[in-house]
Amino acid sequence: MAAEESYPDELRYHREHDWARIEDGEAVLGITWYAQDALGELVHYEPPEEGATVTKDSAYGEVESVKAVSDVISPLSGEVIEVNQAVVDAPEKVNEDPYGDGWLVRIRLTDPSETDQLLTVEAYQELLSNQ
Amino acid sequence: MKLVFERSRPGRRAADLPRPEGLAAPEIPSELRRSQPPRLPELPEVELVRHFTELTTRNFGIDTGFYPLGSCTMKYNPRVNERVAALPGFRDLHPHQDEEGSQGALELMHELQEMLAEITGLDAVSLQPAAGSQGELTGLMLMRAYFADRGEDERRRKVVVADTAHGTNPASVTMAGYELVKVDTDARGNIDLDDLRAKVDDETAGLMLTNPSTLGLFDEHIEEIARIYHKNGGLLYYDGANLNAVCGISRPGDMGFDIVHINLHKTFSQPHGGGGPGGGPIAVRRQLEPYLPVPAVVPDGNRFRLDYDRPKSIGKVRAFTGPFGVFVRSYAFMLAWGRELRTMSEDAVLNANYLLARLKDAYDLPYDRLCMHEFVLSARTLKREHGITALDVAKRLMDYGFHPPTIYFPLVVPEALMIEPTETETKETLDEFADAMLAIAREAAEEPEVLKTAPHNRPVKRLDEVKAAKRAVVRYRFEEHPDLAQEPTAGVGAEAPKGV
Amino acid sequence: MTYVSLTDADRTEMLETIGVASIDELFRDLPAGVRLGRALDLGDPLSEQEIVERLEDLAGRNTPAGEETSFLGAGVYDHYVTAIVDAILERGEFLTAYTPYQPEMSQGVLQALFEYQTVICELTGMDVSNASGYDGTTVAADACYIAKHATGRAKVVLAESLNPQVRQVVRTYAPGFGLEVVDVPHREGVTDPEELRAAAEDAACVIFQQPNFFGCLEPAPDLAAAANDAGALAVAHVDPLSLGVLEAPGAYGCAIAIGEGQGAGNALSFGGPHYGFVAAREEFTRRMPGRIIGETTDVDGRRGYVLTLQTREQHIRREKATSNITTNQTLLALGGLIQLCWLGPQGLRELGETCMALAERAKERVGLPLVFPDRTTFKEFAIRVGRPAVEVIREARKQGVHPGYPLGRDYEGMDDALLVAVTERRSLDDIEALAEVLAA
Repeated sequence: MAAEESYPDELRYHREHDWARIEDGEAVLGITWYAQDALGELVHYEPPEEGATVTKDSAYGEVESVKAVSDVISPLSGEVIEVNQAVVDAPEKVNEDPYGDGWLVRIRLTDPSETDQLLTVEAYQELLSNQ
Repeated sequence: MKLVFERSRPGRRAADLPRPEGLAAPEIPSELRRSQPPRLPELPEVELVRHFTELTTRNFGIDTGFYPLGSCTMKYNPRVNERVAALPGFRDLHPHQDEEGSQGALELMHELQEMLAEITGLDAVSLQPAAGSQGELTGLMLMRAYFADRGEDERRRKVVVADTAHGTNPASVTMAGYELVKVDTDARGNIDLDDLRAKVDDETAGLMLTNPSTLGLFDEHIEEIARIYHKNGGLLYYDGANLNAVCGISRPGDMGFDIVHINLHKTFSQPHGGGGPGGGPIAVRRQLEPYLPVPAVVPDGNRFRLDYDRPKSIGKVRAFTGPFGVFVRSYAFMLAWGRELRTMSEDAVLNANYLLARLKDAYDLPYDRLCMHEFVLSARTLKREHGITALDVAKRLMDYGFHPPTIYFPLVVPEALMIEPTETETKETLDEFADAMLAIAREAAEEPEVLKTAPHNRPVKRLDEVKAAKRAVVRYRFEEHPDLAQEPTAGVGAEAPKGV
Repeated sequence: MTYVSLTDADRTEMLETIGVASIDELFRDLPAGVRLGRALDLGDPLSEQEIVERLEDLAGRNTPAGEETSFLGAGVYDHYVTAIVDAILERGEFLTAYTPYQPEMSQGVLQALFEYQTVICELTGMDVSNASGYDGTTVAADACYIAKHATGRAKVVLAESLNPQVRQVVRTYAPGFGLEVVDVPHREGVTDPEELRAAAEDAACVIFQQPNFFGCLEPAPDLAAAANDAGALAVAHVDPLSLGVLEAPGAYGCAIAIGEGQGAGNALSFGGPHYGFVAAREEFTRRMPGRIIGETTDVDGRRGYVLTLQTREQHIRREKATSNITTNQTLLALGGLIQLCWLGPQGLRELGETCMALAERAKERVGLPLVFPDRTTFKEFAIRVGRPAVEVIREARKQGVHPGYPLGRDYEGMDDALLVAVTERRSLDDIEALAEVLAA
């Protein structure tokens, strides 16, 4: 069952429909409610390796539904320290809880100043209303 | 319905093979010998025939009913073509037979090549590619060879593809080792010329285009597009998927294309066979002929031979000379039409425009123009107002006895329905289809549940594609025997009224 | 005109509904400069009867198997095809159906292809098969593409005893894939595992054939081990009709099994259409090219079949697809399924034994020196005829026997070598006839 539409205040957002939870030099990343709704029920998550480098605005993995494939774009640059294996095993967690159990990776930030370029929830919701 | 493995019983068999007396097979070394026999089914012949016959009753072909899949050209497949393809002189001819023993086949191929050259307005043809996609890849390989010969291959790394293109175009670009550049379509359904000019430079090898496009629209600026490319030294590739619209009326060579692939299983009536076989011959301008695959079929006095002496050829894309059985059928089809082939395209375009006229007020019309052999509608308003999607429309059409059109393609149109009736349909069939589509639009407003739960009259209801992708079961698992007694039987649900 | 259904009265009515005055007006978007403006330079339209007469005339100028005693093989074989194949494949519900994108309309084809995939997996000992490739040559290119992406390496190694057309097609595809191609020569008709091991260092895959192009049995488990030691994928190109008596590639360390399916269920048809097969271990499932059918259930819990893992394919993944293949060889693969079900496991084994026994008999009766005397062979073997094989063929054909394939076409120093194929369709009398013409 997909979650109700929501965009938590405490997160930061990226125009490619990704979110970041900043925690002390690290960030947890995932895709927003809008993204999981557009894709439909996810059937596969192709994650990066632990230790891999991710670059702001570049893809670090892929998610797939039955009918579509989408790159997952990183809002920030860093090194992958953890991959959410639970989502690899059950990709539908992203639809059920995109901001909680449906997180995709945890990274160590290499340039924390990049967080200034992320969108607040208001800015992101405005972007959505113009879609 | 049972799988063939579930009908198997140990000790049963169908085949009875001749075993010559007094012969022993030589010993196979133990490390090379089969250790476990393959678990092929064991059935007597009558069970085998019943099993496969039952499978056919659960399938829908052109012979069953109307099949308006856009860009697939589901026209009637003439039965005489099957008869002639089965003539022993073709059917039992070994491809390694000497030239002297295959003159009939070589002559047929040569004539077919000449006909395709005339229809496309180009100079040389290879019949070798096994399907349209392979024709595309072959065409791109020709481009690389052509530019390599001119010392330009290192520089020209990019191929431009329209955003409305079939997915095969970008996939072929990658397989050929090129870089993909996309160009936009404008509001009228033509290639956006400003976008194109910005994207063509001396690193561009070529453009891949379908004309008419997958929107069913003829690009009004095709001559300018050709000029932009040729001025830049690039080549133009024509995806022949939509050739059914223009045979005898306009030729890709005259539009400015240098390489064309033809889909024999679309325009030229080769049956689709549930997914294949097809044929994807390519026609090229004179300067590209040296690079065509080997062997070439060439005249030699009043005979024909296979020419392997082609030092600039890209090589081989398939075994032998190509899917010969497909050539026989397409050749027979072309003999039936002869120089009247224009009528085929005229009626294809007429049928499509007639359906468009009947449907454009009930569905959204993204491009308000006359169409060619196919057109695209959108279920966007149905979705917004009633939650009914293109998928729901497609499933409900099954209850009315029609195969659905193509849905969700091209990608530039949301909730797309791409409809191609072809020239072989009667006006009555078109009217029945239009009536069904109009009824469905009404049902969307009045009884959306019927659409959401469609189809009701097929051997299965809507299938769970998510489950199939998540835990892919791609072969029968002998260890797990499902209890088929538990399965619900196929029901008869909300039957669609006929003759609305 | 037979293949259109509109009358002039229909056309008039339809033009009125559309709101144009003539059919020409429907083409008004076409610029004047691209209009043909003349009739196509093709012949008069022919009636069905005239079409048949023309095609019979052309067919009559070929010499098919059946009009001569033929020992031609070299990749395509004259095996017996059961009448059931035609009876089913002629049915319009299969013959004229499209790709099963709408599964509720196509459960027949989908289930049949699921059964085909299962049969190919059983024969090859693999976990996943696709729903067919174009032929036995292009599937080798497919295997190279899988291996390249799975290993990240940019070289492929081909045994020289692999069918020459297969090698030529791989070489044609390789530049676009960015792959270097290296051959390993045959040694007395088979491949040396040590040489293969050395060549396979930094290779993505190794492709060998079993039985090989000369009909000889390769030391296949050792070749697979050599590839695996070098970190390359072992790819076996196999004859499906040998897999009742020869070990499955999946049982001796291969990652991928490919081949030409024609011998099982397809007519010779001057080289096509036929079907190629690609099967692999489970870990390569998402890298497989082409269509794959999966099992599922409908909303009421009924078992059913659908195209699955479509995100690999061109219509979704576009430029990142595992292949550009769309139209495949479904109808021919279904012919293969029917033929293999008709044979059953006993029949397949007996067929393999019969072919081998007849081939041995032919070797004895012909009595000419074998090119590779110490090798076990399956249904083909190479002999030296003492003078140019093409001459021997020409003379033999005048006596109604086609004795085999001239190996000099593809291999150095083999102008006097003939590759003789013996299938279950060759009787003991046929073998006597062969011995006679070659003795002359």
